[in-house]
Amino acid sequence: MRYLPHTEEDVAEMLKVIGVAKLDDLYATIPRECRLASGLDLPEPMTEWELGDHMATLAGSMAVSPEYKVFVGAGSYEHFIPESVIQILARSEFVTAYTPYQPEISQGTLQAIYEYQTLVARLLGMETANASLYDGASALAEALLMALRITHRNRVAISRAVHPSYQKVVRTYLAAAGCELLELSCLQDGTTDLSAMNGTDDLAAVAVQSPNFFGCIEDLKPIGQLVHDKEALFVVCFSEPLAYGLFKNPGSQGADIACGEGQSFGVPQSFGGPGLGMFASKMKYVRSMPGRLVGMSKDVAGERGFVLTLATREQHIRREKATSNICTNGSLCALAAAMYMASLGGTGIRELAMLNHDKSEYLKKELVKAGFKVPFSGPTFNEFVVEFPPGFESTYERLLEKKIVPGLSLASYYPELPNHYLLCATEVRTRADMDALVRELTP
Amino acid sequence: MKGFPGRTGLIFDEPLLWERGRKGRSGMSLPRRDVDASPPAEHLVGEPPDFPDLSEVEVVRHYTRLSQWNFGVDSSMYPLGSCTMKYNPKVNEKQASRPGFAGAHPLLSAPLSQGALRLIFELERLLAEITGMDAVSVQPAAGAQGELAGMLIIYAYYRSRGSRRTKIIVPDTAHGTNPASATLCGFQPLNVKSNEHGMLSTETIAAAMDEDVAGIMVTNPNTLGLFEENIRDIAEVVHSKGGLVYCDGANMNAVMGIVNSSDMGIDIQHLNLHKTFSTPHGSGGPGSGPVCVKKHLEPFLPIPRVVREDDGYLLSEDFPESIGKLHAFHGNFGVMVKAYSYILSMGPELTRASQLAVLNANYLKEKLKDVLHLPYDRPCMHECVFSDKLQKEYKVSTLDIVKRLMDYGFHPPTIYFPLVVSGALMIEPTETESKEDLDLFIDALKAIAREAREHPELLQEAPTTCKVKRMDEVEAARHPCLTG
Repeated sequence: MRYLPHTEEDVAEMLKVIGVAKLDDLYATIPRECRLASGLDLPEPMTEWELGDHMATLAGSMAVSPEYKVFVGAGSYEHFIPESVIQILARSEFVTAYTPYQPEISQGTLQAIYEYQTLVARLLGMETANASLYDGASALAEALLMALRITHRNRVAISRAVHPSYQKVVRTYLAAAGCELLELSCLQDGTTDLSAMNGTDDLAAVAVQSPNFFGCIEDLKPIGQLVHDKEALFVVCFSEPLAYGLFKNPGSQGADIACGEGQSFGVPQSFGGPGLGMFASKMKYVRSMPGRLVGMSKDVAGERGFVLTLATREQHIRREKATSNICTNGSLCALAAAMYMASLGGTGIRELAMLNHDKSEYLKKELVKAGFKVPFSGPTFNEFVVEFPPGFESTYERLLEKKIVPGLSLASYYPELPNHYLLCATEVRTRADMDALVRELTP
Repeated sequence: MKGFPGRTGLIFDEPLLWERGRKGRSGMSLPRRDVDASPPAEHLVGEPPDFPDLSEVEVVRHYTRLSQWNFGVDSSMYPLGSCTMKYNPKVNEKQASRPGFAGAHPLLSAPLSQGALRLIFELERLLAEITGMDAVSVQPAAGAQGELAGMLIIYAYYRSRGSRRTKIIVPDTAHGTNPASATLCGFQPLNVKSNEHGMLSTETIAAAMDEDVAGIMVTNPNTLGLFEENIRDIAEVVHSKGGLVYCDGANMNAVMGIVNSSDMGIDIQHLNLHKTFSTPHGSGGPGSGPVCVKKHLEPFLPIPRVVREDDGYLLSEDFPESIGKLHAFHGNFGVMVKAYSYILSMGPELTRASQLAVLNANYLKEKLKDVLHLPYDRPCMHECVFSDKLQKEYKVSTLDIVKRLMDYGFHPPTIYFPLVVSGALMIEPTETESKEDLDLFIDALKAIAREAREHPELLQEAPTTCKVKRMDEVEAARHPCLTG
């Protein structure tokens, strides 16, 4: 096996030094009744070339671009990733390093993550950001747990227009913590209805998403004011951070914590993971934050350098009193996002965000022109909801045969929205793709 | 330092991203605009993010230089204890980057996602075979989330039986994630001490175990690199009081094909694909932390689960007792692809990987026990733990020793953990290091031990060959500067 360097002579010499006769004797301390009687029942090892064929078959059965035109976003977005980002991200000094516990030998990771934290804070208009969490869903769950710690309250409110999977993950995390969840329903225009908050005055946090799951931009500022009137924390989450290249960021609208999914920034969709949990907050809450933080410092000679810091919040120091149990996070995805943001720049991100918005607006208008209903009237970024006529399933199937995926059906997530589909058009969808979709929908 | 991997060379300086660039540059080919502009209402529009504008070559040079200040498994030996820094096969990167996987949307219907679903299904079966457990979910995104899943399963198990237990036993040798994960689920960790041999004794557990204790979180092999020899009896004691046994499988690399977790009395175990199954650590993630259970706990696994039916694979949420979802989609699929590729490439030779990992650790232990103090002199598994006791008289600490190792061209081991050993150096060589490289590492530590006696300042002032000298971590925490 090419990954195992030992020759039989090496093994013999080493066993002699240890003072045992054979490899199996190394396990003499394991009681007999714990030992596996027979070997592992695994298939024979594949050669590199057999593995390649096998994986090509599995990967080949997936419906992906460019063969398929997938008009689905819903938390996982198809964006172009520059080859330069792919290549520099593959530097094995980044890929094969561990968490940068030893700063002197990890300055590359540490400076890159410090820059990532800075870019994320600037993108979201927040004072500080951490080194990443797993994904948007767990980032939101961690944000709500953080709010419980800060406020010493036991109830949070979450908008029904937050990504349904994020809501489910929040429920999983909060159930065992014994915390109560209040759901805020949606208005006719697809944004959050805050009326359920009336009469509640013990909320630790209120969480909304913008753009929300339906693609609608929430009017964050008045929500923030209402939340702060109740002395709760205002948590703004997102699944498409590119929107803040164009729309007002959460920080400018009063968010205390801004968190969500960063996959759009240079991370492949990869069937949903790994993603990137982005997490930012006001500086005054930093000691309650979950996850790793990189800080600037100096070495003994006074040179600028970077270290992991405020570790007394973390599990390896604080154990049961830690702010979170997270250890391994999404570092390489954070590096990808930093490289992507650096490649785009301030000028580029505005342009790309406008292009996403304008393409999606084009598709929306063409669909309306073709007679389809867009039920939510509010502004959107790169995805929006369409209500197709009853019996649309057969049309959907017909389009699949033409290798077009015309959106995501919302019925299983929102039973009150039958025949509603969430459609997405990022920069990768050409006008020709969109015209073809509309044409196929209206034969 | 002749003969050792560490040499000095040209180190490029590199400013922060925003100290570079000029407004108006661009490092990305922006797609063609083929639709008209349709600007949103002005009151919605914000300032563009304050990002620097850089050319492609500036971005590439920036990160290339940064990468050169880093150290990975591909650079040299990385014996970070409990982290299993083995070689990460290149071919696995290629598999994960195949367009069919990398470009796959997670919410398309099952017929459009058969390859990914089959891979998840088969990986779960392979991990079940390797651990001896009955059912697996690969949804948890890292080891700590696997632990959380395990704790939630224990919580759900008692709830399903109409009872609630509030405490969980956590030994003093446990990883910090264990008590943190337990607390997250509302369990109060009950700390117990290991005995003079570095093991848990059955009596200690029997004394701690009562009807209010949900179970035990045990790491086996433990963080001293020792196999918990009493594990069967401990499991029996815990089970007899109605408790469950959770095993932190971070150290599984020692025992693939050697032990059967199920036979040991384990009810739940998490694995770290980014340790045992060779997926790269990526400077701190992404990982993957599958949770493996015995039959009686299968109903509680996270949803959705991949199931096989006559006409293929599909995702099912029809598990009413499930703890629910832990990840927005199906977990870190890209990591799973690499681990699956690794297992298929190794097959039954995984057992030899474990044997050689244990061989390497015992060889180091034998060769180094006259150089460094060995607090528990017993046959070890995949790692061994030393201390700085012999060097203390020269005013040299564990920190000084490992900083000096950098100058010799090696990554430091894990230090000051486990907490039960004062000044611990926890060394895990892994099976992918050759005898020659181990010998060099041994010689480096011998040379450092000599330096400690004769020139302790060489250690106290180390490292001297890295991008920066020793960093001030205290100041960083006192006056946090987290963004620029």
